[in-house]
Amino acid sequence: MSIVKSVTCPICGCLCDDIELTVENNEVVKVKNGCAICESKFIGYRGHHRILTPMMRKEGKLVPVSMDQAVHAAAEVLANANYPILYGWSSTSSEAQRVGVELTEEVGGIMDNTAVVCHGPSILGVQEVGIPTCTLGQIRHRADLIIYWGCDPWSAHPRHLERYTSFTEGRFEQSQWKAYMQKLKAQAGQKKVESATARIDAVRTPKPQTCTVSGMPQTMHSDGRKLIVVDVRKTMSAEMADYFIQVEPNKDYELMQTLRVLVGDGEVDVEKVAGVPVEYLKEVADALVNCEFGVIFFGMGLTQSAGKFRNIEIAIQLVRDLNSKTKFVIMPMRGHFNVTGANVVSAWQSGYPYGVDFSLGYPRYNPGETTCMDVLIRDELDASLVIAADPGSNFPKKAVENMVKHPLIVIDPHMNATSMLGDIVFPSAFVGIEVGGTAYRMDHVPLPLKKVVEPPKGVFSDEEILTRILKEVKMIKAKKAAKKAEA
Amino acid sequence: MVEQKLKVTLLSGRTIEQGVGKEKGKSSNEYFDACSMCYMDGEDMKKIGVKSNTNILVSTDEGSVVLKAVKYPRAPTPGLIYIPYGPWANAICSSKTTSIGMPTFKGTPAEVEAAPDSKVLTMAELLKSEFGR
Repeated sequence: MSIVKSVTCPICGCLCDDIELTVENNEVVKVKNGCAICESKFIGYRGHHRILTPMMRKEGKLVPVSMDQAVHAAAEVLANANYPILYGWSSTSSEAQRVGVELTEEVGGIMDNTAVVCHGPSILGVQEVGIPTCTLGQIRHRADLIIYWGCDPWSAHPRHLERYTSFTEGRFEQSQWKAYMQKLKAQAGQKKVESATARIDAVRTPKPQTCTVSGMPQTMHSDGRKLIVVDVRKTMSAEMADYFIQVEPNKDYELMQTLRVLVGDGEVDVEKVAGVPVEYLKEVADALVNCEFGVIFFGMGLTQSAGKFRNIEIAIQLVRDLNSKTKFVIMPMRGHFNVTGANVVSAWQSGYPYGVDFSLGYPRYNPGETTCMDVLIRDELDASLVIAADPGSNFPKKAVENMVKHPLIVIDPHMNATSMLGDIVFPSAFVGIEVGGTAYRMDHVPLPLKKVVEPPKGVFSDEEILTRILKEVKMIKAKKAAKKAEA
Repeated sequence: MVEQKLKVTLLSGRTIEQGVGKEKGKSSNEYFDACSMCYMDGEDMKKIGVKSNTNILVSTDEGSVVLKAVKYPRAPTPGLIYIPYGPWANAICSSKTTSIGMPTFKGTPAEVEAAPDSKVLTMAELLKSEFGR
């Protein structure tokens, strides 16, 4: 039995690097410091859903084949395709992503990563107006106003509050954990009193069943870090917040534009915007201006709702306005553990962060035209390779329908929806558990991923599988070129 | 009075249970339980005559899917339904990208009706019915 300390968790963009694993007989048997999702991965990764041998579809069923057979078949598909999509890349190492760019260029395809269905619009917004941002370390030590807009860190980034924002001890700002626990106790006490009163009255007053937005509580004016959550529904993160603003669906743009007006000392001549009374928004604008170091973290609530990249653009402009009065930064809550790396690697290799089209022999980038979702919906592809992602689960039905019309190569450790739909399936080693590498945290800080156990026999890393396919593609193309020259 | 169909706004997104389920394995019971359900407002559930854990049929322009209705525990969400990310949500989410690559996973108009006698399909059954594999 051995204990491996300071392991980086390969799940979400937080990349918590304080995980402690107990390893026994080449298996992780205990996880310390991780969240529920972290524990589920480190303990559950070797479950029955694991793929252990390459497979190919024959007569409608996936049957085991040798690695050489699978590599040759995949290379044939890619070398002969006119417009293949190479998609995923966000749950693997930057070393594998680098090989992926070379392979995509070699086969003249489209390289796209999962940003297209998460923070692609954020990248577009940043390309419009730039981004005032910083590292999570700066936020941890200095931020006194935290805003989560259209995201629920308690569900998707469970340790974000604990490691980087409200519940962490910074050098200049203290953790609000004790204050939160006191608030919970007070709420529990209040509920007991209400319940007892109702029993005495024998008539329970029905609770209002409508969305209500209340004014800013007095506690927002006390010392210490403050947490505001803006969302369309009351999430667990919203329950933890000092102030929750319930915005109507698809109206974030209006709300942010109103805040820009109020921050700029302008007048708003309506009573409500996006379901929120303007008098409350004035209090919010005052809180934004009067903090010393504020941060907006935003998620899919902005990027996937009406407005999409325009929501991000206006959020960044709000932060830019605030910087004329105080210090403010903004950061997307990146989902997959190395989706940031996928953007970084793609940008440094090709010049563009996602949706890169190599079909003309040089990289082109035109979101809406070269993004894989649009290519899929227009059914312009003739093959696809999916690695370290699961579009079978996470793409709309119409896109998947067109994906499975053409040969589908899948590289993944899991038997997930995409593997089940694949024509050629490669098992791969878990990055960050069975193979090391580099991943980029949501604030663009690169961190090393550790290898803590050996992968199963015959299971290779993403990087090695891609390298073998690339080598085979080059051989097939060289043979073709030689034949053409002879003719 | 019970309405046959209720017009709502569909949101899809993350839940902690979906996160735990996807890491445990997409063929796990945890993933199925976490993703083949739909959070609804309690009053909206009364309107279509369903209680928690009753099956419902959710339809959009993209198609229909049977899910288990669950009352959203934290606060009223009238007119909103929430389905965790997964193949069940994506059976009905809008594929319109507004020419920027991103489908509309949140804010799609939808209709909900009670379907107590319909079965929630497993992931394998759902993929077979949608894609024939």
